Amino acid sequence: MRPRDWILIGAAGVAGFAVVALCIVYAMSFRGAGGVAAVVPIGGPFTLTDDTGATVTEKTLAGKPYAMYFGYTYCPDVCPTTLFDLSRWIQKLGPDADKLNYVFVTVDPERDTPKLMHDYLSSFDKHIRGFTGTPEQIATIAKAYRVYYKKVPTDDGSYTMDHSAIIYLMGADDQFVTVIPYQEDDAAALAKFKSLAGLTPTS
Amino acid sequence: MRAFSRFAFAAIVIAIAAPAFAQGTTTAPITVQHPWARATPAGAMTGAVYMTLDNTSASADRLTGGSSDVADKVQIHEMSVVNGVMQMRQLADGLPVPAGGSVVLKPGSYHVMLIGLKKPLTAGETFPLTLTFAKAGNISVTVAVQAIGAMQDDKGGMSGMKGNNKSGGGMGNMEMK
Repeated sequence: MRPRDWILIGAAGVAGFAVVALCIVYAMSFRGAGGVAAVVPIGGPFTLTDDTGATVTEKTLAGKPYAMYFGYTYCPDVCPTTLFDLSRWIQKLGPDADKLNYVFVTVDPERDTPKLMHDYLSSFDKHIRGFTGTPEQIATIAKAYRVYYKKVPTDDGSYTMDHSAIIYLMGADDQFVTVIPYQEDDAAALAKFKSLAGLTPTS
Repeated sequence: MRAFSRFAFAAIVIAIAAPAFAQGTTTAPITVQHPWARATPAGAMTGAVYMTLDNTSASADRLTGGSSDVADKVQIHEMSVVNGVMQMRQLADGLPVPAGGSVVLKPGSYHVMLIGLKKPLTAGETFPLTLTFAKAGNISVTVAVQAIGAMQDDKGGMSGMKGNNKSGGGMGNMEMK
């Protein structure tokens, strides 16, 4: 049974990503063709709780472009790597970093309480805010951002999370702009942040 | 199915191992090089340990688990990013270490997962870890903790690592000594 399970899980992952990828490619193609709003929208309304315990919605981020990353604090590898990369890019932006918002949204709301996220983020750049919520609230924002996530049980009764490992860059108008893939190099990532912040002309 | 594959695996292991025993191999069959971990963010309940395993014996072995004072549980995991989706899987049957070969545990790939950290791993510190192999038994090592963003043990010795060569920084993080 085990090999078949793996194949099913793998197939589900590939299928899930294919949907996300298609949406992104589709959205980017429209965005690139003259700033027309994406036909398949990425982003949308949400209600969550931030790492200080305050209620936040999409309006909380309004007025500034923002970077949004979905992960979880029990993740030992990709999430700390990405948050560390993001912290380095924020530091390289210097004072211009304040022109953007940066959000880490958990896909593991059962374990990631506001307090845990607050403690966790204290190890990274202070610009990065943590958002969590009920499982239903997380499902809503994940659906809005076309984020794939899935709980995978381990044999000790615990679980890990599969999840999209990309940073979404969104405009001040809540419209999807582009993504930063896992382990993008510094030059490419910084160019995207500067473009998002309006520091360089959009190509 | 599962019972059969276990039986088949056991049969293969015995078939491979038999000549080794016949030759009376007694030297330590597995060596652990550069065990290191990343510092963990505050409050993090998990950590990852990386290393290179060399199997000098003529028989394949498997890293099946371990234990450490710093964590409740130690598991062997494989992480991958497939088409932008991060996947992490427990290797329930362990990580194979081929006869006469090596396997590298590194960020973005295999790691020894520490679950239920009793305190954060702090850069510059070390901690003890006991690794359990199917045949070589228990091997105790001292793990060096590196910075959160470290991609490899700063003692070096690993080549072909992705990710440490970020362009645009000019930070000169590739010091040669």
